[in-house]
Amino acid sequence: MTDLQLTLNIWRQRSSSESGKFESYEVDNLNTHMSFLEMLDVLNENLVEENKEPVAFDHDCREGICGMCSMVINGRPHGPMKGTTTCQLHMRHFKNGDTITIEPWRAKAFPVVKDLVVDRSSFDRIIQSGGYVSVNTGSAPDGNAIPIPKSIAEEAFDAAACIGCGACVASCKNASASLFVSAKISQLSLLPQGQPEKNERVKKMVAQMDEEGFGHCTNTGACQAECPKEISVDYIRKMNVDYNLSNIKG
Amino acid sequence: MNNYFTSTIFRKILAALSGLFLTFFLLGHLAGNLQLFISGVEGQTQFNKYALFMTTNPVVKLLSILTYASILLHVVLTLYLAFKSRQARPIGYAVSSGNSNSSWSSNNMAILGTFLLLFIIVHMRSFWYEMHFGEMPYQYLDDGTKIKDLYLITTSAFNNPLYTLFYILSMIALALHLKHGVGSAVQTIGLKLPNYEKPLKYIAESVALIIPATFASIPIYLYIKNL
Amino acid sequence: MILDSKVPEGPLESKWTNYKSSVPLVSPANKRRIEVIVVGTGLAGASAAASMAEMGYKVKSFCFQDSPRRAHSIAAQGGINAAKNYQNDGDSVYRLFYDTIKGGDYRSREANVYRLAEVSASIIDQCVAQGVPFAREYGGTLDNRSFGGVQVSRTFYARGQTGQQLLLGAYSALSRQISKGNITMYNRHEMVDIVKIDGKARGVIVRNLLTGEFSRHFGHAVVLATGGYGNVYYLSTNAMGSNVTAAWKAYKQGAAFSNPCFTQIHPTCIPVSGDYQSKLTLMSESLRNDGRIWVPKNKGDNRKPSQIPEDERDYYLERRYPAFGNLVPRDVASRAAKERCDEGFGVGDTGLAVYLDFEDAIKRLGKETVSARYGNLFAMYDKITGDDPYTTPMRIFPAVHYTMGGLWVDYDLMTTVPGLYAIGECNFSDHGANRLGASALMQGLADGYFVLPYTIGKYLSEDIRTEPMDTAHEAFDTAEKKALERTKILLQNNGSRSVESFHRDLGKIVWDYCGMSRNQKSLNEAILSIQSLREEFWKHVKVPGDDKTYNPELDKAGRVADFFELGELMMRDALEREESCGGHFREEYQTQEGEALRDDENYTFASTWEFKGIDKPPTLHKEDLNFETVAPTQRSYK
Repeated sequence: MTDLQLTLNIWRQRSSSESGKFESYEVDNLNTHMSFLEMLDVLNENLVEENKEPVAFDHDCREGICGMCSMVINGRPHGPMKGTTTCQLHMRHFKNGDTITIEPWRAKAFPVVKDLVVDRSSFDRIIQSGGYVSVNTGSAPDGNAIPIPKSIAEEAFDAAACIGCGACVASCKNASASLFVSAKISQLSLLPQGQPEKNERVKKMVAQMDEEGFGHCTNTGACQAECPKEISVDYIRKMNVDYNLSNIKG
Repeated sequence: MNNYFTSTIFRKILAALSGLFLTFFLLGHLAGNLQLFISGVEGQTQFNKYALFMTTNPVVKLLSILTYASILLHVVLTLYLAFKSRQARPIGYAVSSGNSNSSWSSNNMAILGTFLLLFIIVHMRSFWYEMHFGEMPYQYLDDGTKIKDLYLITTSAFNNPLYTLFYILSMIALALHLKHGVGSAVQTIGLKLPNYEKPLKYIAESVALIIPATFASIPIYLYIKNL
Repeated sequence: MILDSKVPEGPLESKWTNYKSSVPLVSPANKRRIEVIVVGTGLAGASAAASMAEMGYKVKSFCFQDSPRRAHSIAAQGGINAAKNYQNDGDSVYRLFYDTIKGGDYRSREANVYRLAEVSASIIDQCVAQGVPFAREYGGTLDNRSFGGVQVSRTFYARGQTGQQLLLGAYSALSRQISKGNITMYNRHEMVDIVKIDGKARGVIVRNLLTGEFSRHFGHAVVLATGGYGNVYYLSTNAMGSNVTAAWKAYKQGAAFSNPCFTQIHPTCIPVSGDYQSKLTLMSESLRNDGRIWVPKNKGDNRKPSQIPEDERDYYLERRYPAFGNLVPRDVASRAAKERCDEGFGVGDTGLAVYLDFEDAIKRLGKETVSARYGNLFAMYDKITGDDPYTTPMRIFPAVHYTMGGLWVDYDLMTTVPGLYAIGECNFSDHGANRLGASALMQGLADGYFVLPYTIGKYLSEDIRTEPMDTAHEAFDTAEKKALERTKILLQNNGSRSVESFHRDLGKIVWDYCGMSRNQKSLNEAILSIQSLREEFWKHVKVPGDDKTYNPELDKAGRVADFFELGELMMRDALEREESCGGHFREEYQTQEGEALRDDENYTFASTWEFKGIDKPPTLHKEDLNFETVAPTQRSYK
């Protein structure tokens, strides 16, 4: 365990209706075993003791699965480590004396709520537009009634691993949600259970994605590089095909 | 409401298809240019006859209209996309991720494209405009007929070191533009041959390199030849 | 208070079937007029809200997270049990029932557990139909693995992210009903009180966490699906936001609280590494399928694990429990680890860790197979500790993971307040004194998809003439005023200590005195310590900011305040139960080999507490547990 002293440049914004600015903080009671969020906990406790308002940031499970944590660390969503959420980023990847700039996800479809907290309900609305299989409770056939080849199940799983954090949007220079939306569409369009609504689903979800004000995908691949679950941009290709075919078929 | 023709994906498809069409146009254009490597009167004659054919043949004319349309579509669409992207992120980041998660060219397609548009204008002023509306010198063929001497215009244009340099720089920009563009277009239209994924990727990357490199080799050759 | 479990008459295996065919129904036309409030959107809450909305009820759903998809069910790793017998290894509804009763150390209600086992198979079918990508065999059929405390393979899984995939399935069903207008969803809203009118639960007061505004919501019935209270320990595998507040408000409004001291300490978690630590990370129980647990045979052996030869290693679980080996139930595995560490055989900087070693598994199966099974868990371990489990054993230690205790419910899942239901981890019902692995997901979804939607009809069928009530009713007024008052007190308190520091101190007390082992003397002390810390909290807590914008400190302060009261009740419960069973280990009551010693004669009941006022001791009621089918025996995994 090594002691750590850092300068933090953090975006502070009281509410969505007010404008924000960067504030600088010196924190010295840190060590390399901490997670990034624990480092912010220390800062916040210091702030409370100084009778200042702590930095608001989203977090919950702190084990890389709930998708709640969301901050851009030195220009990188979830920080510099590949396949890692902010909550699983540890301070041993930083050096004593570093200056770290922390910003919220930036996108029109993700308005800032406070400090580093943004509103990602646009993702919920995309799912509500069609990201489901219409099956009522109790009407399901036996789980083994339809065999699914292992490779298909695995491919669907790779898409389903998405934690809905929004790092894809945050990293994309166009603030496109294509990786999120395509992963959600592909999970269901790959599985036999998703077939009956396949065409309608992709049309509705893409339409909702556009309506929320996300940008276009220009295939930079930044989303795949920053995705904490390393979801492949191949799902975007798949979504394009599904979308075009479903529209051509009418 | 689903409206296919105003969707982000359809717009991207159009940008990709027009871009791919322009890539094929480049291949054709390059084939013609290669004739500039033929030296002497023989080369001059062949190139000028080719130029005549290209400006008079009705099929070629039709194709050229398609090409102009593609350029226009590609420019308008991609500028619109760039504008929409800006709207999708009203407040930018204070610290940029640089190219840690994506290639330089993929992040600078608009700049590269604008540069290429500038090049196209200069390029067309130098050759297309001269050919159609300029006071062209003539080559007198053995059978007594005369044809416009685009060969002379071309070779003398590349006597100018600045002009040659601009051309070469433009080809570097083209290479970078194609480096991202070709692969991106293939991804957008959804082409995938599972067993040939790697070869396809290499082909796309080779195309991006070979086309501009070959283009650039011609002015270099002409410039050196005239030293 | 009378505890009527309302268990239907008849033989165990036909109780639920008979219940379903005789329970009064609500007609479709009436369902449209009936409003149900569901608090919480984890597996239980999301599945209940979606199912009831599908049936035609008007549902309002609330969650404190920014999206219903983030409820903490999402973090469950290992799997979900179901009596499908797809592996042809002798599994059956009865065997799942029996394993759960035995695993719970004979402290749960037979009829509820049997029903749970009965509906378990339908859960898998439902989830598959929703598009949950369970692991499959090459032939395309569903794959299973085995979990602690059982000898069959009945656990369905989706890599190490089963909870996530199941929750996304329930969330998609919820989303579908939101889009149809059958559910109104309120994200980032926290329930701050239950509203009772004429003795029945008739609504809730919620606070919008982003704006601080309170709002009132009427419901013909209120369903709490608000999870467990493991965060009373400060350090646990629960999410940071997991809290007891909703259940606690229900308790203070007259819903009895059962077995609060029954907490599950999970044996395989990443050990604590420092004071700043905010949370503990679980390493799935599935790892015990192939990993072997050991400590050095010599005290204070500081050599690297690779340098300790085979004959100087003590595989203590295999030694003590040859029949189940590394797959003993969680309470047994946790206590065994604690015993070794207390004796000075622990490893790592703190001496509070044991090894979980995959060397043999890698030799036997190859690195590739091990990676396919546990790759994501290994990667997670590596990220957090910086050690590579492929080359060096994991260091693990028990940590608080789940709470078997909760709001008392009858067979209908209704609390002692009419019209107030509790489902999932929030209630006390199915796991007795210890929960078996992969059964939490099963219970949450069973309650939400297949039990509550039926049982709630029984109550609502008598309520079809009740018109939606005006929330201007004085009961709503009073509840809202009370909540507002508390917010004011917290914000205006001129203290100096952070909420976090109080929570940390409380957690330490609860862990030290009501953790893996408890005794009368220290429990008595702990009650006094908690009381004085609680007093200190209200005097000296500092909550910065205001209640007009998002203020996580304020939210946390409210939750920690409730944890103080809960912590005290846990101590009382642990003190009163003078036996050892499951997760509750009283040092005074153990066998000569150090195993838990139950006292069936005097303690075969669910300790059920009734709130009597903040400074008055609660009243204990006992629900006697009648074992008609399974005869309690000493639980043995040897």
